[in-house]
Amino acid sequence: MTEPIESLRLRWAEERARTAFLALADGTVFRGTAFGARCDMAGEAVFNTGMAGYQEILTDPSYAGQFVVLTAPEIGNYGCNPDDTESAGLWLSGLVVRDANPPSNYRAAESLDAYLARHGRPGIRDVDTRALTLHIREHGAQKAWLHVEDTPMTEAEGVARARAWEGLDGQDYAARVTAEQPYVFNAEGRFAVTLWDFGVKTNILRCLAQAGCRVTVVPAKTPAAEVLAGHPDGIFLSNGPADPSAVTYAQEAIAEVLRSGIPLMGICLGHQLLGLACGARCGRLPFGHHGCNHPVRDLRTGRVLITSQNHNYALTALPDCLEETFVNLNDGTVEGIRHRELPALSIQFHPEAAPGPHEAQALFRPFVSLMERHQ
Amino acid sequence: MPKRTDIRKILLIGSGPIVIGQGCEFDYSGTQACKALRREGYEVVLVNSNPATIMTDPVTADRTYVEPMTPEALEAIIARERPDALLPTLGGQTALNLAMELYRRGILGRYGVELIGANAAGIERAEDRQKFKEAMLAIGLDVPRSGSAHTPEEAREVAARIGTWPLIIRPGFTLGGTGGGIAEDPESFERIVRGGLDASPTSEVLIEESLLGWKEYEMEVVCDRAGNAVIVCSIENLDPMGVHTGDSITVAPIQTLTDAEYQAMRDDSFAVMRAIGIATGGSNVQWAVDPKTGRRIIIEMNPRVSRSSALASKATGFPIAKIAALLAVGFTLDELKNDITGTTPASFEPALDYVVVKAPRFTFEKFHGSDDTLGTQMKSVGEAMAIGRTFREALQKALRSLETGRGGFGADGKDGPMQALGDEALGKAVARPTAERIFALHEAFRRGWSVERVHALCAIDPWFLRHLRELALFEDEITAAGTPEALAADLPLLRQTKAFGFSDRQIAWLLKSDEAAVRALRRKAGVKPVYGAVDTCAGEFAARTPYYYGTYGGAADPEGPAPADHRGAILIVGGGPNRIGQGIEFDYCCCQAAYALREAGYRVVMINSNPETVSTDYDTSDALYFEPLTAEDIVPVYEREHCIGAIVQFGGQTPLNLARSLQAAGVNILGTSPDDIDRAEDRDAFKQLAERIGIRQPASGIALTAADAQRIAGEIGYPVLVRPSFVLGGRGMVIVRQEADLLDLAEQAVAVAEGKPILIDRFLENAVELDVDCVSDGTDTVVGAILEHVEPAGIHSGDAACVTPPISLSPAVLERVRGYARAFAEGLHVRGLMNLQLAVKDEEVYMIEVNPRASRTVPFISKAIGISLAAVAARVMAGETLAEAGLTREPVLPYYAAKEAVFPFARFPGAQIVLTPEMKSTGEVMGLSPSCGIAYLKSQQAAGTCLPERGTVLLSLCDADKAAGTRAALRLAELGYDFVATRGTATALWEAGLRPRAVFRVSEGHPNAVDLIRSGDVAWVVNTVGHGALPADEGRRIRSEALLHGVPMTTVLEGFAAAVEGLAASKAAGGPEVHSLQELHARL
Repeated sequence: MTEPIESLRLRWAEERARTAFLALADGTVFRGTAFGARCDMAGEAVFNTGMAGYQEILTDPSYAGQFVVLTAPEIGNYGCNPDDTESAGLWLSGLVVRDANPPSNYRAAESLDAYLARHGRPGIRDVDTRALTLHIREHGAQKAWLHVEDTPMTEAEGVARARAWEGLDGQDYAARVTAEQPYVFNAEGRFAVTLWDFGVKTNILRCLAQAGCRVTVVPAKTPAAEVLAGHPDGIFLSNGPADPSAVTYAQEAIAEVLRSGIPLMGICLGHQLLGLACGARCGRLPFGHHGCNHPVRDLRTGRVLITSQNHNYALTALPDCLEETFVNLNDGTVEGIRHRELPALSIQFHPEAAPGPHEAQALFRPFVSLMERHQ
Repeated sequence: MPKRTDIRKILLIGSGPIVIGQGCEFDYSGTQACKALRREGYEVVLVNSNPATIMTDPVTADRTYVEPMTPEALEAIIARERPDALLPTLGGQTALNLAMELYRRGILGRYGVELIGANAAGIERAEDRQKFKEAMLAIGLDVPRSGSAHTPEEAREVAARIGTWPLIIRPGFTLGGTGGGIAEDPESFERIVRGGLDASPTSEVLIEESLLGWKEYEMEVVCDRAGNAVIVCSIENLDPMGVHTGDSITVAPIQTLTDAEYQAMRDDSFAVMRAIGIATGGSNVQWAVDPKTGRRIIIEMNPRVSRSSALASKATGFPIAKIAALLAVGFTLDELKNDITGTTPASFEPALDYVVVKAPRFTFEKFHGSDDTLGTQMKSVGEAMAIGRTFREALQKALRSLETGRGGFGADGKDGPMQALGDEALGKAVARPTAERIFALHEAFRRGWSVERVHALCAIDPWFLRHLRELALFEDEITAAGTPEALAADLPLLRQTKAFGFSDRQIAWLLKSDEAAVRALRRKAGVKPVYGAVDTCAGEFAARTPYYYGTYGGAADPEGPAPADHRGAILIVGGGPNRIGQGIEFDYCCCQAAYALREAGYRVVMINSNPETVSTDYDTSDALYFEPLTAEDIVPVYEREHCIGAIVQFGGQTPLNLARSLQAAGVNILGTSPDDIDRAEDRDAFKQLAERIGIRQPASGIALTAADAQRIAGEIGYPVLVRPSFVLGGRGMVIVRQEADLLDLAEQAVAVAEGKPILIDRFLENAVELDVDCVSDGTDTVVGAILEHVEPAGIHSGDAACVTPPISLSPAVLERVRGYARAFAEGLHVRGLMNLQLAVKDEEVYMIEVNPRASRTVPFISKAIGISLAAVAARVMAGETLAEAGLTREPVLPYYAAKEAVFPFARFPGAQIVLTPEMKSTGEVMGLSPSCGIAYLKSQQAAGTCLPERGTVLLSLCDADKAAGTRAALRLAELGYDFVATRGTATALWEAGLRPRAVFRVSEGHPNAVDLIRSGDVAWVVNTVGHGALPADEGRRIRSEALLHGVPMTTVLEGFAAAVEGLAASKAAGGPEVHSLQELHARL
């Protein structure tokens, strides 16, 4: 519990040296101190305004290819534990924080620093995260290079590497994070659900299991015919990273299964893919929605939900066959859709929370109702 | 859902006088509510007995009743105004209780007044312990395990059922919980249970599992009638369970919970709201969490806006009170805008990218003899809030914001007392929660104690302790730099030091330099604070409301809007944390100044550290800086905002004490110059001025040591008034009647004075004391009002009951008083407010004190005369003449205004209950009436002294009071009262023809005065002190006993006489009379 004084002194000295940095493609550089794994990485810098839940963020496959800048300044406070994970590994490029603390919580198994190091992901602390956040807000999410290795690197070189990186747009990150083999989550249940894994968060699986589903998780590129051959009661399109427009195979597969009349639900990337499969367009938001406090109106009940969000892209230009069911009250973007004729619906935000408010968890109910009717 | 159109007129109840546990946060919430409701077109009728508030400013509500907050007065107001609805959730517990009383008495039903914001059933469920517990168990929440027992055997069974140690044992039905305790093991359990059963009149003990040492959390919830609900702010207490949350250092947002734990607590907080049946508005839910297992227990919920709501509003930028008021009239959260962004809706949860620390402010030094251990009853009188990028920075800022003489978390030359403790004593200081414990933690870590060792003693979460240890140990890194020059040359170290929150003063002390030198070097090195916006959204959206905090830990928000289109920016320095002697009155003045200057076309920049106030509301000023009030923190704000001047006259002693250092740093001080302000404090200079003006002064002298004081007192003759200079609230001030007492008391005064001289004045016995507040523009001086003290001179003017216009002084004397006011204003080159304290004896006027600044009577006088003196003064300070500012002559009042003070003695068992020249009151109330007697009576009722309409009066008077006291008693007899009296007084009453029962002295036998008070046979205690009165300790027993049993008590004859006059007038009037301020002012 008590850090030896020598180790404190060493940490203070490191904080003064500020040898690590995050270089943005537009030439802006933010300096700090390295922690976690000491390996340089490329990625897109986005900010997340949630005040708790860093472990869920770290393990959320949707962050693949991104540096997550946490706006909450004191991070690591409750350490990391074996339970609050959203997948088997860490997928983001790196973590950017103001302050990284040793843990104090009865569930903590290891520190944030050790957790990142064990999973081979770098972190940078003592960064002016507010300045960085305002920069992203004004100039948009950016390609970036995180330098944390001991071998020196100039800032200019970091900027060059950020620029040289391919970026997320047009990249199929779902293929990088999806399950390699099909597997079953929750062998018991009223409904057989097949879930296309584009980078699924475990809490979606837990919520489905709780709703009485036995879930078969299949890789992203599993053909529609194979999914239909299993005669599922429902089909689920998971969340996932990066650009929906790059996942054309999934759009086609979704269009195919839609015609079968099997109930279908999507979340986040799954929502965008359903929209695209139905003829909507999908555009990039300036700096995305990442946080736990976004107000969304349920257009049918009028109620407002405080939601957990994590997406850079959003549906626009909905075709006539789609009804908008949820709208973001901050910027008016589409947060949910429902097919007017077919039993298909999807949600842009994260009803499964983890991290974030639980009040949208009831939104798995309509999917269950569709399956009940279909059965 | 849009607002309701079926209600048009809304009654809003304020929280009454400031008391411990209910401070000016409810002025903030009530003011917001009034503004918001009126903007929506509702007619607002406001009731609040406290004149020192912004909400009772006649422009805040449509109709303002500064009347006693009793069901009787409220009924009279309701009968007159016939409001459609009553909003009870914005005036603290006072408003909630009063609303419930009106409901229970059927008054609301009779007049068809609907409760909005919370309904009666919901309020009852939240307030009744048993009903609350049942409701919580019904929704599956955990409550402390407990049971009651009538025998030791039953008690052992209960203990076995609870199954954990320690256990809290409370005897049933004893006053103040005497006879209970905490049992750590079966042996002590047995002992305490037996003691408790003996102490309880019903032979019953309540046994409850102890949550001592558990983590304590609060959630601020806001919900609307459509079922939408949000958490505005989550708060974690640094001090674990066992210390009242108002007395704890608290941190926002929650730091040590995982998202899973946080979200479960959030879900349950909403469930609590629904189970209690809260319709709309703000509530707060308190939780305890076992740090070892995560087990979570509900502690309580407040179905109303609370102190924590004010803190949460300031910490997040989400205006809970305003939103709660609008939700009460039917709006839903999504229909309301987030003011800070101006674009996003209010249905969201603020995201913080900074850390907020609130630290409580105590005044134990005012209550000699009281226990300073913090417990479940709140003892703090105010609080400071600080914002930093990290917990370390915020904590250091909070501690230096407290204005307790500390420069931060230790390292400021004031660590001596803790350093002097041996390890064992230090261990105890770490374990026992007190105001000073945080500095015991500092010393423990300086001694190299481990986090484990300290945690075992105090149970504070290791997360906080590690940060405290880091700060304590980091001092060596600073010291290692050697000199300020070397530190300034090592830029990374200097930046790190400042990012850790160390003030220039701490750095100077560590490097044996002085603060100004450190500051100059630091600024030259280019290390300056930057400012982050409190924007509710962690930077996600652009904020349009300029609300900032300073930091050295990054956060570079762009400069505020460039100064254009206004007459220049003026900085108003606020009053800092509330304490006795400096409270809401000064915040009132700061706000009035802000409003007036904005109206006059200036850009107003406010700086303050007090989250309870209206001044720290983001729409009071054009730009708000939440910062400690030190020169280090103020000057950069002045520079950043390109101010043309700063006002230090309105915030009480705090900003005044800074005037010189601000001026030295290049700040242009508006109004009366710091030199002239000092001149009023400088005895010799002041004496010369008084002589030139030709006013008498009591013989006086200046002493630096107690021995000096003894010599001077001998020369000028007893009784003497001894006081330190340069303190507000008369701290350390005392009347000494004989030489034998002088040395001790003078030594205390020397200690308080901290090196500055102490003043010795001849004390004028039985003189009438006056308070005069006036405004001068440098040419003309206009008196606002002259207040006559009801009690004779010698009681601090903040504690004295007062009445205006004066009742016992001749026009000639009053004219002389006005002349002196003009002469002093001229002599001191006053530009702005000035307060004079004078004494009149035998038609002769004596000068006691002159203060060329806002005084605590300014709000009271402003309400009395219908003109805001602070607003006038602010405009004058900005360069206008009195004529331009609208004050040309002293108003003539066709009614009386009486002021009474409210005291916290009940909170400090063991402290002496006697008024002295040292101020002890926390708040004040006002009574208004065309009849002087009724005005005074109202002020007594409003102060909680509900004088009985019939019954037995216990009289015990000193010789000097016997004649006048008997005259008053004769009138009371006509009104139908009975009397008991101590022997001498009884004799005097007999001689006048009354037939009182005589009682024994306590030492003589039974029945004595104390017996009668205990048995409830006495309805009113009148006990004056002086020659021929009861022995001192006996008088003290009687007063304590009366306080304990809630029997009204009058301790000065003048108060007794005035009250009797009021009772007679009230009886003649045949019921409570009520007047709105607006009606009264219309008569002027």
